[in-house]
Parts: sequence; C-alpha cells; structure tokens
Amino acid sequence: MVKISEYPEEEFILPGTRLCAGCGLQLAYRWALKAFGHDTIVTLPASCSVVAGGVGGYSPLKIPAVYDCFETGASTASGLAGALKAKGREKTKTVVAWVGDGGTYDIGLQALSAAAERGDDFVYICANNQAYMNTGIQRSSASPYGARTTTTPILGKKEISKNMLKIMDAHGLSYMATASAAYPQDLFEKCQKAKEMQGQGVRYIEILCSCPPGWGYGVENSVKMARLAVETGYWPLWERIHGRITLSKAGSKFIDPEKRKPITDFLTPQVRFKHLKQDAISVWENYIAGVWKEIQKELDETNQ
Amino acid sequence: MPEKLVITGNFAAAYACKSANVDVVAAYPITPQSPVVEKISEFVESGEMPDTQFICVESEHSAMAACVGAAEAGARVFTASSANGLALMFELLCWCAGARLPAVVCIASRALGAPWTVWTDHQDAISMRDTGFMHQFCETNQEIYDSVLMAYRIAEDPRVFLPMFVTYDGYLLSHTMMPVQIEDPEKVRDFLPPLKTHVDVGELGETRSVSAVIPPDITVRPEGNTPGYMEYRYAMQKAHEYAIDVIEEVNREFKVKFGRSYGNGIYTSYKIEDADILIFGIGSVASQSRMAVDQLRSEGIKAGLISLKLFRPFPVKHLREIFTRVPLVVVFDRDVAYGYEGVLAYELKAALYPCQNRPIIRSYIVGLGGRNIPTDTLTKAVKRAIKEKDDSSVQLDPHTDFLDLDLDRLGLSIEDMQKEAQ
Amino acid sequence: MTPRNEQYERWIAQKILAARQTTTIGEAGKTGTWRTIRPVLIPEKCLVVKSGKPTCHKCWLYCPEATVSRSIPPVFDYDYCKGCGICATECPTEAIQMVPEKEAPSCAETIANAGGNADA
Repeated sequence: MVKISEYPEEEFILPGTRLCAGCGLQLAYRWALKAFGHDTIVTLPASCSVVAGGVGGYSPLKIPAVYDCFETGASTASGLAGALKAKGREKTKTVVAWVGDGGTYDIGLQALSAAAERGDDFVYICANNQAYMNTGIQRSSASPYGARTTTTPILGKKEISKNMLKIMDAHGLSYMATASAAYPQDLFEKCQKAKEMQGQGVRYIEILCSCPPGWGYGVENSVKMARLAVETGYWPLWERIHGRITLSKAGSKFIDPEKRKPITDFLTPQVRFKHLKQDAISVWENYIAGVWKEIQKELDETNQ
Repeated sequence: MPEKLVITGNFAAAYACKSANVDVVAAYPITPQSPVVEKISEFVESGEMPDTQFICVESEHSAMAACVGAAEAGARVFTASSANGLALMFELLCWCAGARLPAVVCIASRALGAPWTVWTDHQDAISMRDTGFMHQFCETNQEIYDSVLMAYRIAEDPRVFLPMFVTYDGYLLSHTMMPVQIEDPEKVRDFLPPLKTHVDVGELGETRSVSAVIPPDITVRPEGNTPGYMEYRYAMQKAHEYAIDVIEEVNREFKVKFGRSYGNGIYTSYKIEDADILIFGIGSVASQSRMAVDQLRSEGIKAGLISLKLFRPFPVKHLREIFTRVPLVVVFDRDVAYGYEGVLAYELKAALYPCQNRPIIRSYIVGLGGRNIPTDTLTKAVKRAIKEKDDSSVQLDPHTDFLDLDLDRLGLSIEDMQKEAQ
Repeated sequence: MTPRNEQYERWIAQKILAARQTTTIGEAGKTGTWRTIRPVLIPEKCLVVKSGKPTCHKCWLYCPEATVSRSIPPVFDYDYCKGCGICATECPTEAIQMVPEKEAPSCAETIANAGGNADA
C-alpha cells in the first residue's frame, strides 16, 4: 500500500475555484489530475467542470483544457488524439475526456460509443453526480430511482438509472473502472493505470461524485455520502482489465451483504430521497442485490 | 508530378485534400458528398496520404467536433458534408469559427428536408451564413480543387485565422466528370506551407486552455486584463472584413503560381462591359445564366452576368462598384430566406441601399430541390423584369416570385380554384 | 466614438484570436470570503503532530479545494478555504474544529477582497 506521503503533493487545479464548497466533483478532479500529471490534455464539454475551469482569461488548471459543446466529450478527444498521432506525438501526451453524467449517459452517448468502437486513444472519465447539476439539478438517465430533481420535482424519478457500465462493457474496452470521490487513492491508482494503458483504445472510468446542492445534504458530509454509496453496496468499486473483473481493495468486503450498511444510511440524509417510502426502499435493496449478483457471476466465470 | 485527371467534383475535393497534406480528416457519409470521404479513405489506406489520420466518425456532429479538437492541437483539418448533415454540424461550425480555427469544409450542396430530397439547391450552404465561416462557391471541378487549396492559404493567414466553406452543387458538380489539373506536391507546398497555428494545446506554453466560459465584460485581474465575449466577436468580424484583401491577394498569387484564377477571387463576370442588365447568381445558377446571357444577347438585349464566388465575407465594396453601373439587376436565388425572399437578392439590396445610383433589383427563386433551370426560364424572367422595370407597383410588391412552378398539372390552377369556389 | 482606423482594426483582428486562459490561483477570487465557519487545528489531538510523522493527513487528502498543506502540523490556507468542514468531518481524532468566523464581512468588503470578476 502506498503511504499518503508518497502521493504527489503538486496540485493541478489550484485553490479558489468557482465550484461549491464541499464539491465531490472537485475532489475527484483534483485527484484524477494528480494521477494524469503534466503531460495531459483534458477536454471538457458543458458541465460544472467547465465552470471549474474559470470564467474569463484565467484558469485554476495547470494543464491545457479544450472546452467544447455538450455532446462532444468523446469526439473532441478523438480529434485531439488524431492530431497527436498525425504529428507523431501520441506517446508524449495523455488525452483525457472529462465529462458529466448528462454528457455521457445522454447527449454524448453516441459519440462515446463510436470512439470506443473505433478504439481511439484516450481516457474517458464520467464524473457522475447523478443529474444535470450545472443547469440546476434536472434529471439525467444517470439519476437513481426515486431521486427528486427539478424535472422530477414531486414524485421523484420513476426509473432506475441506465446501466452505462454494461453498455461500455459491451464495447470490449481494454480498461474499465468504477471509483468514488470518497476514495481518492483508489481513484488515483485507477487513473494511473488508465494512463499507462496508452494506445489501447478508450479507457473508461466512472466516478461517483457527491453533490451537496444536488443531493441535498450538508457540505461537510460530501466524502461521507460518496463513501456511504460504497459501504451500502450501492456503488461497487471494481476494475475490468481486458474483460477480467477484480474488486478494488477499498470496497471488496461489501460483496458480503452482512458487511454492508443499510441503504437507508445513504438515502435518509439526502433531501432528494426524503419522500421515499418502504416500497421504494425495497426497489433500492433489490437493485443492489442485482448489481452484486451480476458481479458475483462475472467473478465466478473469471475464476473458472 | 502534375497530372490532368478526368474526375468528379467530389474527387477534386479529395485530391485537393491530398495535395494540401491535411493532418486530420473526420467525416461522415451523406449523399451527394460521400465520394469525398471514400476517396480520402482510399488515399489513406493505400498509403498515398501517409501523414493523415482519417477518423471515421458516427455523425457530422462528431466530424466537426473531432476537427475542432484536432485543430486545437495544431492540425490542418478537413471535413465535408451536405444538407441535413451540415445542419447537424451547425453547433460545431459556430464553435470552430468562434475559436478562429482555420478548418476547410466542403459542401456538396443539397436541399434540406423535409420532405426528403437529395438533389441540389443552395439552401443548406446559405443557411450556414452566420456561423462565422468564410464561404466560396464553385462552378467547375477545377475550381473546387483550386478553391480548397486557396481556402487553406486564406484561412491560415495570420491576418485571417477563420475557417472557410468551399461549396459546389450536389450532382451537377459533385458527380459530374471534368478534367482537373492536379498540381505537383512540391509546388503546392510552396504555395501552401505547413500550418503555423495560433493555438496548439499539444505544446506546453503560455496557452493553457481554449474556448472556456467568457463573461460579457472584460476580466480585470492584477496579472492582466483579458477580453470579454464582445471583444472576441469584434475581432472576428474585423478579421472577416479585412480577409477580402487577403482573398484577392491569394487569388493573384495562385494565378502566378498555377496559371489559373477566378475573376478577382470575389466574383467572376461574363459580358459585363457594355451590359445594361446584370444577372446575379452563384454556383449552378450562375453557370446556367451564362447561356441565358448569350441567348438574350442574340435577341439584342445587352445582358451580363456576375457570378458570386465569395459569399462571406460579403464583398459589399466590390458589389457596389459593379452593380451601380447598370439600371437593372436580376437575381436568381436557389435558396429562400423563408418569410422574406431570396438571400442573395436581399443581401445585394442591402449592400446597394446607400448608393446613389442603385439599380432596380428583381428577385426570383429558381431550381429548389434540384428542379432543372432551363435557359428559357431565365431569359423569360429577365425580359419580364425589363418590362416591369418602371412599374412601381411591381417594385413595391413584397411578395416573392418562384419560377417554373408546375401547379396547373396538379389541378391547382387559378381556374381550378375559381371552380372550387363556385 | 473614436474614428475608424483601418490599421488599428487589422491589428485587433490579429491580436484577439481564440479565447485562451492562463493559470492562476484564486481564479474565482479569494474564496475564503465565502466561509462562515473556519477549520481550526487542535494540535494535541492531531495524529500527525503527535507522531511527528506524515502518517494521517486525511485533511489534506479530502480537501476538495487543496487548501490544507501536507505538513507537520497541517496548515489551512484561509485565503481560499471555503469552510466546507470536510476536514473536520473526516478527521479520525476530531482534531479539527469548525469555529464561526468572528464577524461576517460586509458586502462591500467581500467584493473588495474577492478580486477577479466575482460577479460573473
């Protein structure tokens, strides 16, 4: 295990940004950029991360960022990777697409799928805070069951979130991983691995990013919320390298239902779930059971 | 080695890409543009374009996004499209121009749906008017090849740094074979040296990020103040206005280098010296109008033609200079600004409005969705314009004339209407 | 209105191109002014201080804003700390206390301190 003193001290997103106090996304961004380091070009479509990049001629970012339209996370990254290759510089830079859940699950899905199929050379990060937080907390297809958003304001979302990980898996990616803003070291190592696998097509990492105003909890609890998502078994942490899944050390014990905290520990403190009754909580419990059942099946097949 | 090939307009565009040694091509098929993409893929796969990355994207939207990304990493980029594909690109075309990226985009022009159509008119190209792209139209396949080379030279000029469209009529040029002189690569490189861009995020330098959020007002900071949105857009407009000089200059230089030119690079003219009526059109409409000029002249009418090559920046000064010489101008538009009139017509009217000797301008819509434009149609329209020139009720009528409608055979004649009313 | 100057207009057209950014700290101004409560270290409870070794540093690890140093003792950058309190929540020994800012700064002071275009 790497000691905390061994992680790079250099910051790539400097203090004093426009993001909310206690932003889970900023914590994830901070640690991902530490892992990617200096020789990185990041491209960002519309999202909170664009605001994080600064308004006007100054930016807290120490690496170059290319901002582009909402649905272009993957396609702009393809262009950047293509230009580097055309100039024989593809080994000197890592291209990273840093995209929100709306930009990944919804409007940018087509471009992402195409780039994954072509095997374009970049790391794709889905910073998933489970709704269109930047435009004011509207529902996305990544919003979880029951969540109140400004477009599901009374009843909450009636549908379970899209299984994006399965969709990406179907593309036969060289590297896939889940991460959580509450586990920066785990996230750091996954980003490093994705970086090292340069030249092996799209590498996809999805980070669950807690959002104080969007989820509705006190800013001091951002890490706690992102951690509870893992501890309740809702957000398993794993990597899939060339199709072989392994549970990440940080969250591997939650494969055992006995070790998991009740899902209400995650749901109850959040305003977006305040209205949920027992039947809705059962939907959550069944969802979690299903997620782990699939992982278990995959692990069994891998170990055969 | 230079060679003369008999090729289609689409292939002429593809050969121009090869001659320009484009770094990144990202494109998606659409009729009638597809053969451009096919030919470039063939060049790339056969090793004839060894330094080019071809990104076979899943949509026109991604095509332009990839071009934007690549251009921001300092690459010379190319894509092409038509009609609905071009419309899908719109958002990224604005983005490309706003970032002052010197991309070249070919348009094999085609009418826009609905209803579905694949045939030519200029609606798709003209609808891209306010993206911030410069825009050239072509009348021959040689002109397509030459215009693409000139477009890169103009777009990449540090006085300009704006993207440019090169438009040619779908099928009429895109699928019609004509002899095209393909130039020697060395000679082309001499005319079009490698791109020296103003933004390359692949190089670590002062420039960190591009196209971030820019507020309405300038940013005031101790490290130095930076422009607001309006300053960026002012600079873009000025780049357009003064690009006209560069365009003329490049046209002259092209002539010296390769022995071909297209009028003054702004428009080409036909029999205008003694003309007292000028026809104004672009692309296929202008080509057809040449024949109309000859026919009118054979009947004793002193007609001439101005074929507009440069649609954006709109060459107001040049157009004033030429069109204030005559009392009557007839504009044929293969496009409509729906709810108003033909785009060329009203833009010409606006350009000439402050001039003392402004002519009477008569506007007609022709050839939408690929309908044939017979020479007779054009000559008849010119004669009607002559006849009605001094009829102020006609001039004041704000309604738009469509030529060659075939409503009678649909049972939709005036008589049919009157019958129905009874 | 200044009279139109062609040479000047040509110069501007080349001078302002793509919207570019350069790196700076405090892009949104002194975000420390957002704070209503501030983190204060209780050294005698801090594992890093007690051991004299950089062992824990959860405060550094979890600060979204990167305003806690990885030093002994950890130091808060009050210029930019937004006062979210994650460090206090995550500290395993409750060595960080969130203390109310003594006086809320006036509106005018906030704007003056913020720098940049804080209204954007």
